[in-house]
Amino acid sequence: MRLTATAGAVLTAPLKWLARAADVPLSAWQRLTGQRGMIALFLLPNMAIFGIFVLLPLAINFLYSTTGGTQFFLADRPGVGAAHYVRLLDCENHLLPATCRDDMFWIAVWNTARFVVFQVSLMTLAALITALILNRAIPAKGFWRAVFFFPVLLSPVVVGLIWKWILQRQGLANLFIYELGMSPVNWLTDRTLAFAAAVGVSVWAHMGFYMLILLAGLQAIPRDLYEAAEMDGTRPFRVFSRITLPLLMPNLLVVVVLALIRAVQIFDEAYVLTGGGPGTSTMFLTQYIYEVGFANLLRNPGLAAAASILMAGVLVVLTLLQLWLSRRRGAR
Amino acid sequence: MRWIMARRGATGDGRGWHWTDIFTWVWLILGTILMFGPAVWLVLSSFKTPAALAEFPPTLLPYVTQTTLIDGQEKPLFIVTLPDGSTATMAELRRVGIVAQMVPPDAADAEPLPVNIRDRAPVRRIDFATGNYTQPFLQFDFLLFLRNSVFVTVAATIITLLTNSMAAFALSKYDFRGRNAVMLLIIATLMVPLSVILVPLYSVVSSVGLLNSLWGVILPTVATPTGVFLLRQYMLTIPDELLEAARMDHASEWQIYWRIVLPLAAPALAVLAIFSVVWRWNDFLWPLVVLSRKELYTLQIGLNTYAGELNVQWHFILAMTVVAMIPVVLVFVFLQRFITAGIAGTGLK
Repeated sequence: MRLTATAGAVLTAPLKWLARAADVPLSAWQRLTGQRGMIALFLLPNMAIFGIFVLLPLAINFLYSTTGGTQFFLADRPGVGAAHYVRLLDCENHLLPATCRDDMFWIAVWNTARFVVFQVSLMTLAALITALILNRAIPAKGFWRAVFFFPVLLSPVVVGLIWKWILQRQGLANLFIYELGMSPVNWLTDRTLAFAAAVGVSVWAHMGFYMLILLAGLQAIPRDLYEAAEMDGTRPFRVFSRITLPLLMPNLLVVVVLALIRAVQIFDEAYVLTGGGPGTSTMFLTQYIYEVGFANLLRNPGLAAAASILMAGVLVVLTLLQLWLSRRRGAR
Repeated sequence: MRWIMARRGATGDGRGWHWTDIFTWVWLILGTILMFGPAVWLVLSSFKTPAALAEFPPTLLPYVTQTTLIDGQEKPLFIVTLPDGSTATMAELRRVGIVAQMVPPDAADAEPLPVNIRDRAPVRRIDFATGNYTQPFLQFDFLLFLRNSVFVTVAATIITLLTNSMAAFALSKYDFRGRNAVMLLIIATLMVPLSVILVPLYSVVSSVGLLNSLWGVILPTVATPTGVFLLRQYMLTIPDELLEAARMDHASEWQIYWRIVLPLAAPALAVLAIFSVVWRWNDFLWPLVVLSRKELYTLQIGLNTYAGELNVQWHFILAMTVVAMIPVVLVFVFLQRFITAGIAGTGLK
């Protein structure tokens, strides 16, 4: 702790000088404009950055989605009305991407939907089991918690490359299969297996985060409930279904919705792991937006913007759901 | 072994091990292997030579086959089982099919002995191929990528702490009209992930001239709603009386902010600093879009690009992946409890 304090003092010394130097003009500003001026000044940097880099793009996004061409400057873009939305949503059968005008978009949509279902359910289950186990009377709790949390901090590129290395043809995964006497598997070049790998790696990388939230929820359940149940000789399964699960439910719902929001945006680690392939089997929505907007030779920023607005619609619904759930959790 | 006894005692009914106890320990141990194993395997692999990496089945530790000089050429050494059952160390001159021509290393001129390759095993020793680490720095641009990543991380974290704490100070310590509206606006931006505003953000950044500049990577990320929220919640607990006392002593509002509130909010600032370092170090999609000139790549982007280009040169990629992992592992080892407390407290990442 003393080391961090010393390091902190050294690192902040130049900032302190800056702060002291800033005092002269800022005091003058305060005399001139009073407290209201200072409030505005404190809010200004953060809100300006929000305005320029979040709110402004949000507004421009709608303009983008209704204009065409490959130019990025709005003035150079001719209006096309709702053509991008029509193109994205035009399908004979929305369940079959091949019948759609923009088949890639619907491939990405259904891949993402499938990914969300598998990833969120598997991850929530794994996080719940781990949290329940870590909430038991086991030794070295902090250590085990750290173990399951570790991958959360790794960058998506590191996660992707670690698993690419393990799942490659001569990798560790195939070593185990070989030791079991079976023939090696093409993890990343088989459509189904590559998709499963994307799901599994994503669960591996993010499970610890949700485990922590659930663990905090479990630890908030009053001990005396369990003591009372024990005195009544209640069976463990009944304790779980009648005490643990109902009291954990608000946390569990928040975890599911948070995981849904993140899973819809899946990109980084899957992109590093499989690059969207083989074929289009791990092509997800964010990758579609990225490729249509920037990477393709036939890039179409308007189409990408329209797709991102459709995705934003889903995310807004999920986020409102989350806010409503956490408010309910807070009200308890 | 004390905990085993303790556990049995804890169940308290003399039944000993319940199936859930066994399940607990199986889960914990398999979990440890699954969670730590891949990273450990990465580190071990990163020290292997290209030849050792191509081996199947792979070895756990980085081995190299020992060689000896014969007529100025490096020849691999093997332990050969001779027909009479004894063993000898010999060097391989050449190999045709399953038969190798071998000589004793100290008598290179001797008549080569034909040996079936099933009757020999390579002489190996553990050797860490540190060249995997030094070469990408010296021959490729990884030193540059590392520098860019450090610059982005440090600059973004300092600006994040400054702007977020100023906004949090205004939102927690002053009562003004529109405060709730501002707070709501900040929370609402949580709903706007990068993937939603990717295209227009690109055009905004390009029209303010920040395309292909590290500041173009830094600035859009620094006004984190999470940070404002976290700091504001903490600053609300600082008693207003302290501020009033300072005002009595004619302290300016700016002085109150950086002399009183900032030092008192140090624990929350530390949590945000740790988060910010991890976020910015790990950023991928946004730098990928903004940076197209190679000399500006961050470590993550450079690593991804090289992993595509140097597809066969896994030894470099693995070593650089370890380098990209180091700061985060340091944070994990020394500061993990701050992060877990932060997540458990706010539910935000």
